Amino acid sequence: MENLQSLLHGFTIAVTVPHLTLMVIGVLLGILVGVLPGLGAPNGVSLLLPLTFGMQPVSAIILLSSMYWGALFGGSVTSILFNIPGEPSSVATTFDGYPMARDGRPTTALATAFGSAAFGALVGVVLITFLASWVAQVALAFGPPEYFAVYFLAFASFVGMGGAAPIKTVVALAIGFAIAAIGIDTVSGSVRLTMGIDELVKGVSFVVAVMGLFGIGELLIAVEEEFQARAVSSRVDWKEVFRALGRLPQHGIALLRSAAIGCWMGITPGGPTAASFMSYGIAKRFSRNGAHFGTGEAEGIVAPETADHAAGTSALLPMLSLGIPGSATAAVMMGGLMIWGLNPGPMLFVDQKDFVWGLIASMYVGNIVAVALVLLTVPVFAALMRIPFAVIAPLIVIICVVGAYSVSNSFLDVVLMLGFGVVGYLFKKLHYPLAPLVLAIVIGDKAEDAFRQAMLMSKGSLGIFFANRLVTTLVLAGMALLLLPLALQIVRLLRKPEEAADEKVRTI
Amino acid sequence: MKITSKLLLSTTAFMLAGALPATAAWQPQKPIEFVATAGPGGGTDNLARAVQSIVTKYKLTDQPIVVVNKGGGSGAEGYVYGKASAGDPYKVIFGTSNAWQQPLVSKVAFNYTDLTPIAAMAQDEFLLWVKEDAPYKTAGDFLKAAAATEFKMGGAQSKDTDEVLTRMIEKAARVKFTYIPFKSGAEAAVQLAGGHIDAHVNNPSESLGQWRGSTQRPLCAFSPKRLPQGPKVTTSEGWSDVPTCVEQGLAISQYEQPRTVWLPGKVSPEQAAFYVDLLKKVQATPEWKDYIEKTSQVDTFLTGPALDNFIKQDLEHVKQVAGEQGWLVK
Repeated sequence: MENLQSLLHGFTIAVTVPHLTLMVIGVLLGILVGVLPGLGAPNGVSLLLPLTFGMQPVSAIILLSSMYWGALFGGSVTSILFNIPGEPSSVATTFDGYPMARDGRPTTALATAFGSAAFGALVGVVLITFLASWVAQVALAFGPPEYFAVYFLAFASFVGMGGAAPIKTVVALAIGFAIAAIGIDTVSGSVRLTMGIDELVKGVSFVVAVMGLFGIGELLIAVEEEFQARAVSSRVDWKEVFRALGRLPQHGIALLRSAAIGCWMGITPGGPTAASFMSYGIAKRFSRNGAHFGTGEAEGIVAPETADHAAGTSALLPMLSLGIPGSATAAVMMGGLMIWGLNPGPMLFVDQKDFVWGLIASMYVGNIVAVALVLLTVPVFAALMRIPFAVIAPLIVIICVVGAYSVSNSFLDVVLMLGFGVVGYLFKKLHYPLAPLVLAIVIGDKAEDAFRQAMLMSKGSLGIFFANRLVTTLVLAGMALLLLPLALQIVRLLRKPEEAADEKVRTI
Repeated sequence: MKITSKLLLSTTAFMLAGALPATAAWQPQKPIEFVATAGPGGGTDNLARAVQSIVTKYKLTDQPIVVVNKGGGSGAEGYVYGKASAGDPYKVIFGTSNAWQQPLVSKVAFNYTDLTPIAAMAQDEFLLWVKEDAPYKTAGDFLKAAAATEFKMGGAQSKDTDEVLTRMIEKAARVKFTYIPFKSGAEAAVQLAGGHIDAHVNNPSESLGQWRGSTQRPLCAFSPKRLPQGPKVTTSEGWSDVPTCVEQGLAISQYEQPRTVWLPGKVSPEQAAFYVDLLKKVQATPEWKDYIEKTSQVDTFLTGPALDNFIKQDLEHVKQVAGEQGWLVK
């Protein structure tokens, strides 16, 4: 009840004309940086940061967090329309969002994505409101072995899904791990796999890889397969926006499950990207329509979007209460907190009540502002799909090149991005799955660090992964997820060999 | 008449144009890039952005300043970028002592001699931290316990300042630690709060919130004298209440991390002088004092021979530790 009172007090701070204006500005700027690939929320927020130095901390955080919400929403737009994820965490949205948009239903895809995203964010904020202190305690229980177990669980939920041959999945994973290993190794401090290119010491940016693999890769396939005007006749239909929103409750179970996964990954710092992948993987395995995933299934949009936003929102909690940022953007905001003279940590909730509860209240209001604004833009964005392929294709190339360059103003990144484009094309051609590759690039190095830190702690004994209940449960759950499809496949093969062979193979 | 006046005018103009560069010092003619050799939100990034906002607020230069983050490879990305920008006075690199320490222990494609040192401003202190409910009251208690079992010491990065200090403690106190490298000091602080490690040697700002929140406390400071009196951190204690490590029988009298500012190599002395002057002006503002206090750093300004000397001494010192540990790259 005390929390509820504090929250009401927070609303009196957040719902004022200047703060509402800041929210609208923040959200609009956020949508802009989210839509442009390569710019992204972390960069957008750091560009805005110096402007906030003279502001009240609570106004400053409202502006920055609103920008974050806007960017999270905006990131899905290019994923759905052009198969180019604007944000790393919207990669999984491309799997079903893009096929659906290409089928002439961009309005439905966008509205579904925004609607479920808003639901995810709402669950995240409610969690923060009522369980703040409990959640902070849970996060403290995570040491290196527990972190590794969480990453293992994320991998396990994704490996073995999809129709790709298991060996191809392993190859894709291995390539991803190798790419993640490029640069300086945290544990030994030595430089790895830079192959004489000095600049590679910084590692391969995930955004660069994804823009090439998805954006350029898809373009190459399209050029080869059907070099014709591929304009989609999508009518701008306001009613469809509401119809799509109205259909969301049909996916109730997926919504709740994805929100739970998102909150969990946001708190345990797995991050929004891992959350969206894991949620998609689990949805595909357990959904009735699982077999149709990857062809434009609404649930395939609901799952990653809900988890992404639930994680993005709840990631702010460990930042405030522990000083560990759950996402790259949260890290930038934490830098801001220090400059505004606030110290993230357990005392923030006691010392800076106005700030903390003003922020939490602004999350409710800010997300409502964001979803309203973003739904207004749906017809505009959907109309982009009507532009003929011959016009849009060069634009996509330009967006990818500019996006890759702007990640760290480096030409090498542009070359890498184009290289990844070729890799993406080859993967599709040879029916290798892209998802495991991407997942390994994102969390491969984190998983490796956590594993090796754990090994240092235990002096090389694997027993540390069964040392307490938490880590044992996580590891066992991961193993079960990993072995489940294998077991199912064996059973199916034993029963009806001919039917199993007939199964349509679709790789994502 | 007309012709003469025109001639006169142009002569004056010519003289003015010729005279200006000779008297006025070098001034930037295009936007300046501040390169933070750390990700957004890190200590180095905060410094670059604080300097940017002060310069902009007081209009210390006419040119706009952009901050870019090149924190890949523990900062190596930014230094390599600086090396590649030789002769370009519009790139200002913000770093730490890893500019000269990193090339010693890993095969990175730069050395600090590829850059032009401008200044060291602000020093971060190091303290020895334990969990709030740990039984040790002094550094002596802690080391006595460390002699009996092998403690897990966390820190930011591998073979970097935190591990160097850990190895120095080992040598000074004849104990052995298992060093666990994390991505940042903030991560190590949370790991200590969760009881996954036994101690770390974080900077004040990295564990300030944790100390206030009673999840961990400092045992001693690696500083020749006690830290300056600031506002109280907890209800009863502030930084000046933390004893020095020497007081407590741990013979490491000084260890600190300077925040350093560099230009790329091959810039002219006038260009370097402009930035030294600029940073001096920044340091004189109340906003700078505010920044120093809020981030619990120590205000210093080293430039010219004093800075060279500091680098040389620190380098010798790190070389010795790295040599003993077998870290030096061939």
